[in-house]
Amino acid sequence: MNNFDWVQPKTIAEAATAVKNGGVAMSGGIELLCLLKEHLIEPPSVVNLKSIPGMRSIDVAGSGLRIGALATTTDLAENSVVRNDFPGISQAAASIASPQIRNVGTVGGNLCQRPRCWYYRDPEVKCLKKGGQACYAVAGNNEYHAIMGGGPCHIVHPSDLGSAFLAYGATVVTNEREIPIQNFFVLPKDDIDHENSLRPAELVTGVTVPNDWKGARASFFKSKERESFDWALATALVLLKMNGSTVSDARVVLGGVAPIPWRSTEAENALKGKSIEDSVALAAGRAAVSRATPMSENRYKVPLTTNVVRIAVLQAAGLKAE
Amino acid sequence: MQDVRWNDPRTSRYLGKSVPRLDGPGKVTGAAKYTYDMVLPGMLHAKVLRCPHANARVASIDASAAQRMPGVHAVITDIAGAGRFAGQEIAAVAADTEEIARDAIRAIKVQWEVEPHVVSTRRGMRDERRVGRPREATRGQDPESLWSSAAAVIEEEYYCPVREHLSLETHGLVVQWQEPDRATVWLSTQAVHGSRGELAGALGIPQQNVEVICEVMGGGFGSKFGPGVEGRIAARLSKMTGRPVKLMLERYDEQVASGNAPDALMRVKAAMSADGRLIALDSKIWGTPGNGNNSGIPMPYIYNVPNFKTWQAGVSTNTGGARAWRAPDRPPASFLMESVVDELANKLGLDPMRVRQLNQNNQVRNRQLELGAQLIGWENRNKAPGSGTGRYRRGMGCALSEWGGGMGQPCNCDVKIGTDGSVYVGIGTQDLGTGTRTYVGTIVAEDFGLPLSRVKADIGRSSLPVAGGSGGSVTAASVAPAVKDASMKARARFLEVAAGLMNTSVADLEMRDAKVLSKSNPANSMTFDQVCAKLPPGGIQVSGTTLASLQQGGVAGAQFVEVEVDTWTGRIQPIKVVAVQDCGYVLNKLTAESQLIGGVIQGLCMALLEDRKMDEPTGRMLNPNMETYKVLGSLEVPEIVPVLYETHDKVAGIGEPAVIPTAAACVNAVYNATGVRLRTLPMTPKRWFEATETNQ
Ligand SMILES: Cc1cc2nc3c(=O)[nH]c(=O)nc-3n(C[C@H](O)[C@H](O)[C@H](O)COP(=O)(O)OP(=O)(O)OC[C@H]3O[C@@H](n4cnc5c(N)ncnc54)[C@H](O)[C@@H]3O)c2cc1C
Ligand code: SF4
Repeated sequence: MNNFDWVQPKTIAEAATAVKNGGVAMSGGIELLCLLKEHLIEPPSVVNLKSIPGMRSIDVAGSGLRIGALATTTDLAENSVVRNDFPGISQAAASIASPQIRNVGTVGGNLCQRPRCWYYRDPEVKCLKKGGQACYAVAGNNEYHAIMGGGPCHIVHPSDLGSAFLAYGATVVTNEREIPIQNFFVLPKDDIDHENSLRPAELVTGVTVPNDWKGARASFFKSKERESFDWALATALVLLKMNGSTVSDARVVLGGVAPIPWRSTEAENALKGKSIEDSVALAAGRAAVSRATPMSENRYKVPLTTNVVRIAVLQAAGLKAE
Repeated sequence: MQDVRWNDPRTSRYLGKSVPRLDGPGKVTGAAKYTYDMVLPGMLHAKVLRCPHANARVASIDASAAQRMPGVHAVITDIAGAGRFAGQEIAAVAADTEEIARDAIRAIKVQWEVEPHVVSTRRGMRDERRVGRPREATRGQDPESLWSSAAAVIEEEYYCPVREHLSLETHGLVVQWQEPDRATVWLSTQAVHGSRGELAGALGIPQQNVEVICEVMGGGFGSKFGPGVEGRIAARLSKMTGRPVKLMLERYDEQVASGNAPDALMRVKAAMSADGRLIALDSKIWGTPGNGNNSGIPMPYIYNVPNFKTWQAGVSTNTGGARAWRAPDRPPASFLMESVVDELANKLGLDPMRVRQLNQNNQVRNRQLELGAQLIGWENRNKAPGSGTGRYRRGMGCALSEWGGGMGQPCNCDVKIGTDGSVYVGIGTQDLGTGTRTYVGTIVAEDFGLPLSRVKADIGRSSLPVAGGSGGSVTAASVAPAVKDASMKARARFLEVAAGLMNTSVADLEMRDAKVLSKSNPANSMTFDQVCAKLPPGGIQVSGTTLASLQQGGVAGAQFVEVEVDTWTGRIQPIKVVAVQDCGYVLNKLTAESQLIGGVIQGLCMALLEDRKMDEPTGRMLNPNMETYKVLGSLEVPEIVPVLYETHDKVAGIGEPAVIPTAAACVNAVYNATGVRLRTLPMTPKRWFEATETNQ
């Protein structure tokens, strides 16, 4: 990594100024360290947001939850209010990486992390996202890439918290504005350089989660190549509101399959008004991938995602997924 | 001297029992000093510039900016004039800190003339210039004439990818050049003696003037026999600067350039008779050793096939070179043959375990199969493979192995008893993590009736008596018999002195609890220390050599695996592994079992996760890290039942063989559970869905 100045702002305004001057924000620093070590970024200064007080708490307000950008993944996974009222968020948080990483990684850093695409991470490869001419995943190995929403870059967004916040209709709060989460993540066709709509020097200060889906039945299911820490091959977060035994409303958000956390209204529609049984869950899974356009090496993600949705639906309904 | 035999494990204190490793506490507390931990006064840090292209010539190289950087002490730019794989060493620097060295490497400007590359076996095999001279063998009739008369025939393609060694301690060393002509080298190595030559060559000094030290190491698995390119670089830099130089590979370096196991693309046709006997086999195997040596997969491995035609060839590609990998070439051989036998047996509706017994002659293995079957509960397997319903399906599979594991290079060993009661055993071997140091100590402690804590076991330095490299599972079978020889010679001398002091005969004496006792008159005894005090000045010093009569190679093994397949997500979870391993005389039950467990875990990694991924368009490795080059984590490791199957009273090597059959047994278990045959490793969810699209 390059030599850089170490900036310890006391306020978010100071931090924003430092970032405006070319600095890069650091929260947990886990991802930042990867980017620096591979020379993917070479900033003149690193701005330590952890020196700003009061950004780590998780508070319950009348209108919902308010989560500080510096709350760690573990904070989120273990918070009892989150667990009871917004279990999809705590389940997603608990699925992330390893205990060590969860203890250090933050909410803000998780939402702003960069893609894991192996071409992006290879300092010797200059792909489209890094200002080059081509997306190497197209002709190369795309087994971990997107099956929906891809093009011209085909990354999958790595944030599991992003899926959870999207499902619960959260809002990302920054030093400048409030961004409804569905406007936070952006597709490569709209912005190849960034995965979110933050402006330069705009910093995430927190996330608010409304009570709309508070207490809904929830299940987050993540398929991985190994159970011990691993990134997702595909995830589904399913929220169900029930009217007796029928689904009155549903949210289905997919992860690991698109450049952004991917809400599937097709799957939601397949669930609304139904009482959950395996055939319904499977139908929702099929609906979720009905518009999938897999690449050369990731066809497997289509049947896999179908089943990932199926499992999350069954689990959310309190049924055995077997 | 009378016939030396191994101590009876029924009455022994240490040998054959479970003895914790001598270096265990140091490793756990951090007191143990690995090469990585070495810090010497004035030490410089070296880094290597690697070719970023899969195939490129160096048109020009300009290191002047690096040379001028404050803190840079030496730069070498003549390591190679071209990079024939992405990762080949081109230039190196030595600097005050690792950070400066890294910056200096980045400051070296190279003009590349990029040439076309091929990084996959599948592409390389289409170009005959890249295909090496085939090895062919035939036996009996031409298989072609036999297919029509067989009860079952299969014709399939199997693939086992390139796997890495993934040592947790990367390759590396610290070289301390001492004017005018000596060097001390701390090297993470499987061969302290064997590494001297290459280092001496790089330094231009006699081999005797190089001391190689490796007290503890973090894994080698066959990839750390010599100091390698990085070793020669560090040696040169130390000599150039006159300062100690440390060069430990970074994880990226380790994964692109420090060795791997070749892949194997196997096209096979095979036939079986209705009663389950293999009739004929026709196999063709391609594999890439990168820019390294050709592979040689033994075919048809352990099976009796009366009629066969085998063909195999190495395919040279622009990838990092192969090196020996725990039981070289056997794991793919086992994967192939055990899949073939299993497919044919299942096609005929026969018990795959019985079919194995029919098709191989080794009686030890046939008994091991019976024992393993009992321990896993073979009768509970899925009798009709794939017949289950529901999301989770369980099944069982088995596979066999064969390995050498006898004596390698004969060793020398010193044992010294001081007049102060100190006991020393020294041998220039190395402990790869297998427990070598511990049995070097226990053999002597056992013979002298002393607690292990009283024996100083000294290994891991090339100034100690010569011992060979630790490869081919030969270490225990070569080292232990030399230690035993020296120990028994010292014991004989010691008892002669004691017999004189105690007015009795040597035959009347025994040693236990740090005492020498007369068997006929229990009142007549001396402490060990009392006898030592009366030894001639200088005490006892003897040397031993490997006694071939104390070892025997040729070990058989059988493994059974039970798996659970999540058919909805394609994730395969091993539930239980029974590993029955022919062991000979067991020196230390704990570390022997740990070798079996370690082998099984590595075999499961091969079955489920390990896969070096090369990218044809860029020519680069896609997963040169432990994030995307995956191995098992603690949550995936199943119950493992290691069974030490002692067939004789001689020491045999078992460091490698347990890794051989695990993946094959796992593949067969998945078939038994689901009726789906996975022919490409590793068995990831991707492979599961690809196979179920075509295979069910
Ligand atoms: C091996 C490994 C496995 C992982 N597995 C998973 C997983 O399965 N699922 C998952 O969701 N995540 C996973 N992660 C990501 C991890 O959980 C962290 O979220 C991530 O590393 C970033 O968190 P951080 O707080 O350390 O961010 P940092 O490293 O501090 O920052 C990351 C990026 O965000 C920017 N940034 C940080 N904070 C802010 C802010 N407040 N406003 C604006 N920009 C900001 C930084 O400039 C930087 O570019 C994994 C990470 C690793 C290393
Ligand atoms: S998917 Fe995106 S990040 Fe990856 S190679 Fe293509 S453009 Fe680059």
